[in-house]
Amino acid sequence: MAMCLAIPAKVVDVKGDSARVDFGEGVLREVNVALVDVEVGNYVLVHAGYAIEVISEEEAQETLRLWNEILEAAEA
Amino acid sequence: MVENFRFRDAVLAKRVVKKINKIALKEDNIKICHVCGTHEWTITHFGLRSLLPDNVEVIAGPGCPVCIVPASEIDEAIQLALKGVVITCFGDVLRVPGSKMSLLDAKAEGADIRVVYGIGDAVKMAEKNVDKEFVFFAIGFETTAPSTAIEVMKKPAENLSFLVSHRIIPPAMKLLVEMKDLSLNGFIAPGHVSTIIGVKPYRIFPELYHMPTVVTGFEPLDVLFGVYMILKQLNEGKPRLENEYIRAVREEGNVKARQLMRKVFEVVDSNWRGLGVIPSSAFKLREEYESFDAHLRYCLKAKEGVDIQPGCKCHLIIIGKIKPTECSLFMKACTPQKPVGPCMVSSEGTCHIWAKVSKVA
Repeated sequence: MAMCLAIPAKVVDVKGDSARVDFGEGVLREVNVALVDVEVGNYVLVHAGYAIEVISEEEAQETLRLWNEILEAAEA
Repeated sequence: MVENFRFRDAVLAKRVVKKINKIALKEDNIKICHVCGTHEWTITHFGLRSLLPDNVEVIAGPGCPVCIVPASEIDEAIQLALKGVVITCFGDVLRVPGSKMSLLDAKAEGADIRVVYGIGDAVKMAEKNVDKEFVFFAIGFETTAPSTAIEVMKKPAENLSFLVSHRIIPPAMKLLVEMKDLSLNGFIAPGHVSTIIGVKPYRIFPELYHMPTVVTGFEPLDVLFGVYMILKQLNEGKPRLENEYIRAVREEGNVKARQLMRKVFEVVDSNWRGLGVIPSSAFKLREEYESFDAHLRYCLKAKEGVDIQPGCKCHLIIIGKIKPTECSLFMKACTPQKPVGPCMVSSEGTCHIWAKVSKVA
């Protein structure tokens, strides 16, 4: 296993510090969410069974927008 | 959709590569260092080095947590395992050479060593088997340390203790930048370590060492953008700290995780395999939690271990001074099936990654 690898997953349900998440394969896995504030439907980055951050699709889109902006400025 | 977090668009990649090539024309030889095994995987797996101009080199620093664990700490785990304590650890750790043997060798001799996905599994195992003593071998950088902190804070079952071997990345980066003969020109800072610690700990690199530093994610496009941002800073003559991985790294990091780590750990000097002692570079359990410290519980006294086996060049690989292909053992005496040094053992080790994706030199 790659030790600093963290993979995005969608939160399906939350019970206290524990949540069931979907890594996109349709298989639900239990992870610890004590380090983050999550709600059902959020995306989290999971490392070794622990969610280390909440990530958003909007921020992912923002990244793409920023990259395009940087490239366009450089291409101008 | 989880897929929305993958950045692998070939058209966008071509545009960035074009920019990189254009901007690199204005520079002499540039050496950029990353310090994360997952970055090395992305770079090698997607063949990113072949897309970069000849004068831009990306080297791998000490970003493999398993590779830098000194032999003495592996020896301690083996010592416990042979005494009958159940050792739980990440799979990568099993084959890392100790001074005389690996945990896998000890397992072959009958020791009870169990691979877990994370510390949570070790906690559950200890709860279910109260008649046995368990130790979790806590290896990993700041990305992994919070999970150990969570479980220690919860005061787990009395039959579980921890060999805490967590290391802190920025002090190792400082060591690299101070090795003048490495002549680094920029840092790709590790994305998921930064998810926890935030961006502030890297400020010293641009401010004190004039080193462009970009916190970077792990998709191929992230890495290409990280390289481009560093080249742009060099081109402008304005080294600064930038965050390319905004979707996962906040300025302040994960505050909850940082608070937990501060409560549970104190920072101490530590030996890194191949690098020697680095000041303030490791976590140790605080006095309040020392009843969970396996060192104290089992009166372990670390002897000096054999970190580098004869002929092995992991100590030079780990700082990016040589490439795996420049080691005479690479893919001859040292292979993923029969590794000599730690860099060939772990799936995050530079030699292992190069061996799996061969023909990258």
